[in-house]
Amino acid sequence: MELILQGFLKAIELLVSLDPEVLGITLLSLRVSGTATLISLFLGISTGTAVALTRFPGRKFVVSLINTGMGLPPVVVGLFVTIFLWRNGPFGFLEILYTPMAIILAQAVIATPIVTGITLAAMQNLPPNLRLQILALGATRMQMLWLLIREARLPLLAAVMAGFGGVISEVGASIMVGGNIKGYSRVLTTATVMETGRGNFDTAIALSIILLFLAYMINYLLTRIQQRERPR
Amino acid sequence: MKLKPLKSVFRQRVFLALLFLIAGLVAVPTASAAQKQKNLILATTTSTQDTGLLDKLIPMFEKKTGYFVKTIAVGSGQAMAMGQKGEADVLLVHSPDAEKKFMEGQYGINRRLVMHNDFVIVGPPADPAGIKGSKTTPEAFKKIAGGFLFISRGDNSGTHAKEKAIWKAAGINPEGGKWYQQTGLGMGQTLNVAAEKKGYTLTDRGTWLSLQKNLGLPILMQGDPILLNIYHAIEVNHAKWPKVNAAGAKAFADFMVSAQTQKVIKTFGVDKYGSPLFFPDAGKRVEDLGK
Repeated sequence: MELILQGFLKAIELLVSLDPEVLGITLLSLRVSGTATLISLFLGISTGTAVALTRFPGRKFVVSLINTGMGLPPVVVGLFVTIFLWRNGPFGFLEILYTPMAIILAQAVIATPIVTGITLAAMQNLPPNLRLQILALGATRMQMLWLLIREARLPLLAAVMAGFGGVISEVGASIMVGGNIKGYSRVLTTATVMETGRGNFDTAIALSIILLFLAYMINYLLTRIQQRERPR
Repeated sequence: MKLKPLKSVFRQRVFLALLFLIAGLVAVPTASAAQKQKNLILATTTSTQDTGLLDKLIPMFEKKTGYFVKTIAVGSGQAMAMGQKGEADVLLVHSPDAEKKFMEGQYGINRRLVMHNDFVIVGPPADPAGIKGSKTTPEAFKKIAGGFLFISRGDNSGTHAKEKAIWKAAGINPEGGKWYQQTGLGMGQTLNVAAEKKGYTLTDRGTWLSLQKNLGLPILMQGDPILLNIYHAIEVNHAKWPKVNAAGAKAFADFMVSAQTQKVIKTFGVDKYGSPLFFPDAGKRVEDLGK
């Protein structure tokens, strides 16, 4: 218990003193996971909507793939992204292994199926006749899509939260593809692992508290937006 | 009815604020292209990072040479595997037998002695196996074997390689025994596991010194010549892997054995732990160490 209290005090100390290293790590975490979530939203919402609104052979198979992808283990993603990004690997020419860019890539791979899956479920939950009605009122295809996405915006915010929550708390892929390089690709989770290894439990606890606080703040904001307008 | 527009104005603001937040997060550049040529990948062991030695040396090197060092702290085994694939430029490792094989395979060039410290056996203060006072390390391992918990790194690191060599010298195959548990983690975390489970483990002195305040695992065996822990710098062979940053690798290895760096190594940790964590050895012969 004493240790947790110590960690808590340390967290406050690090935050109040605006410790440049911790601040840098925190901002990088936000930046990396925020960008990855944005990418996954773009890919996930479009794929999810497309799969929800169309019928094609093998659709059930695709849906089950997406649902499996929602539980994609980050270390597996990390391993494959590493192998692909190796200097002498297929995408080595990009030279992005052990950079924040690599972490964004891996996290986007982790978050995209989550966003896709939730979008798919949200779209399928819309009243089936809604589409027909919108089209009957003379909307173009693009207008219809936009209206449907608008109509499903509340569950879609849940997709944002799930995607972001999944990647900002993820450590396995970040440490493999980012390398936990000081002042460069060290994020909150990988720093926590390292400080634990160094026996600096108070710092590790402090970093965890900052991480939790961050995740809470983001979700609080999103929840406020989501709950502002309850469906009538 | 006047309330409604107010509310929607507020909502708009929240959205705008959120948009700006996201845009700000994305806009910050993540990597500068000019840095590319100057990147240097150092694959090393967890002990050099967990003790904080590299946190002190790397900024010195970067300032002096302008290279940007990407330190990947893994076990010596994985570090050499990275070197073998040309995925690292320079190695700082402590697994001499594996290093020799690495050199024989022409994967590395210019293997140079950098420093040493030693391994120690730590365990519960009560020392239930009674290894204190053992004449040799294999003898101590024999006493632990079978009856008492031993926590192994199990990760092909330099420490793990040393531990396996000692088991071999003791004529014991520990694999599969219930008393023998492998963590597959770095030294720091393995020490934590050993402390929690009240087991024995083999550790480098540096990592143990930097963690000991929270551990409650005293040194029970030390000083045997077999326990020497020797670190070498190896440049990855650029003839085999053209993408290797040969100039950077040489600069780093040169830096590690330079007089200035060796002086820093000599005093590193003295202020904090009362004794140095590493002993600089540049230019010495391995056979003369520990004498």
